Amino acid sequence: MTSKYETVIGLEIHAQLSTESKMFCSCSTKFGAEPNTNICEVCTGQPGALPKTNKKAIELAIKTGLALNCKIEPYSVFARKNYFYPDLPKAYQISQFDLPIITGGYLEIEVEGKKKKIKLTRIHLEEDAGKLVHKGAERIMGSEESLVDYNRGGTPLMEIVTEPDIRSPLEAKIFMEDLAHLLQYLGVCDAKMEQGSLRCDANISIRPVGQKELGTRSELKNMNSFRFVQMGLTAEVARHTELKESGEKIIQETRYFDTKTHETKSMRSKEEAHDYRYFPEPDLITVEPDKEWIEEIKTTITELPEKKKERYTKEYGLSDQAAETLISTKELSDYFESCLKIEKKPKEITNWILGDITAYLKAKNLNIKDINLPPGEVIELIKLIEKGTISGKIAKEVIVKTLNTGKTIKDIVSESGSTQISNEDELQKIVEEAIKNSPKQVEQYKSGKKAIIGYLVGQVMKASKGRANPGLANKLLKQQLD
Amino acid sequence: MKINIDQVANLARLNLTEEEKKLFGEQLSNVLDHAEELQKLNTDNVKPTSHAIPMKNILREDKVVPCKNTKDILKNAPEEEDNMFKVPRIIEE
Repeated sequence: MTSKYETVIGLEIHAQLSTESKMFCSCSTKFGAEPNTNICEVCTGQPGALPKTNKKAIELAIKTGLALNCKIEPYSVFARKNYFYPDLPKAYQISQFDLPIITGGYLEIEVEGKKKKIKLTRIHLEEDAGKLVHKGAERIMGSEESLVDYNRGGTPLMEIVTEPDIRSPLEAKIFMEDLAHLLQYLGVCDAKMEQGSLRCDANISIRPVGQKELGTRSELKNMNSFRFVQMGLTAEVARHTELKESGEKIIQETRYFDTKTHETKSMRSKEEAHDYRYFPEPDLITVEPDKEWIEEIKTTITELPEKKKERYTKEYGLSDQAAETLISTKELSDYFESCLKIEKKPKEITNWILGDITAYLKAKNLNIKDINLPPGEVIELIKLIEKGTISGKIAKEVIVKTLNTGKTIKDIVSESGSTQISNEDELQKIVEEAIKNSPKQVEQYKSGKKAIIGYLVGQVMKASKGRANPGLANKLLKQQLD
Repeated sequence: MKINIDQVANLARLNLTEEEKKLFGEQLSNVLDHAEELQKLNTDNVKPTSHAIPMKNILREDKVVPCKNTKDILKNAPEEEDNMFKVPRIIEE
């Protein structure tokens, strides 16, 4: 759709880092603990408590910076951002201001077949705030009182800021999906928007096509899924366009996406313009990563999704689509590769993973990491088929039974007596029976309609409850009839 | 250097009496005057610093050490409910 306006979007993304402990103290970052049990003197701002920086958090940020083609700054400083809010017990957030740990860089995305680089401004580290529960109302506005849980307060956050390079809500969604994917592969963040481990705010404006200066922007919050990123921004583009068309003024404000009405709404409050009075955090010293440390961190970056996909298609001869599906989550590609390590049968393994296993997972609403099917079992199944012990059809039943019961493939096969009949004498009886029961088809065969043999093989399979070796059945039938 | 004591007080959420405004206003102005004095120094060849101590990269390993005083911390709550800090209405209508 062409429009006379061009959309300009920049994103601010908050990613919770996968550390065990908090950014500046040793409290656990574990999600779902009883309220206010993972708190201490430091993260609740008790007098005299002193912060100490988590080494892992620094390393994860540098790792991300390396993967996103950024500059790792040789000198970075933490700063206090001062404001009052009940979820912030110290009345300041330790963040970074003019000297962030990472600057520049880009992420290449593909939009409708075209590659495009989205430039990054910076990545900095900071601490998360606590969690508020507003009583008696869904949103803060109507609430008489609020409850605060500080468990999340102090959790390491990495804020990624993009340049205003994004040109449509779809691009924004793709960027977020690709970024989440990358963060998962890097192991720096589990990147689940619905659970809040990855959050996205957007600055958005429109301008007449060809105009250089940016239009007045609004800031959009509360888009807690990839789909809502696109929907929220689409609604906001429509609102801006309507205001422009009717000659009304767009005001610079913060809005949120109402996921029920699919509208954006103003977060009007009496708050005056923020004056954060940033200053260097006097309780923390500078972070100055040297070359050796950065090189060491570089070695922890494993193969990234794009490279993996290329290897799957080139080395293993998988289709583009199969490779794409396998790399869609790190868990899935990890599973695929663990199978591959045991036996190099990429195509067979892929067929089972993307076929029956995926179908099972979908039906049960499970994740690959939740199932009780060790990779060795997939290989066992493939081998049993190859040896002719079970048929492909029986294998499909065996894998479902294995997944359901948690028993081994071998146990299920021997219990059900569903091993394939590859013994000629045993199969011969069934073949004879099939011929006896299908006089019409036998006649057709004899009169030259050779393709009818397929029907007879089918009868043998049916009579043997799928246990007959179809190749052998075919051979025996021919021997009888020819 | 004159200071806007009302703005400073407001940012710190402090209610000052007229007397206090006068007293603290003067004191803070003196601090700024002193800072202005320092601004006159030539620092062309001095690197900016955030800290007076020549140290860098003091970091801790990512290990969890649970705090034993979480209950005591909760005692600081203006009111407590379900192990949470209860606070009054945040945004006025």
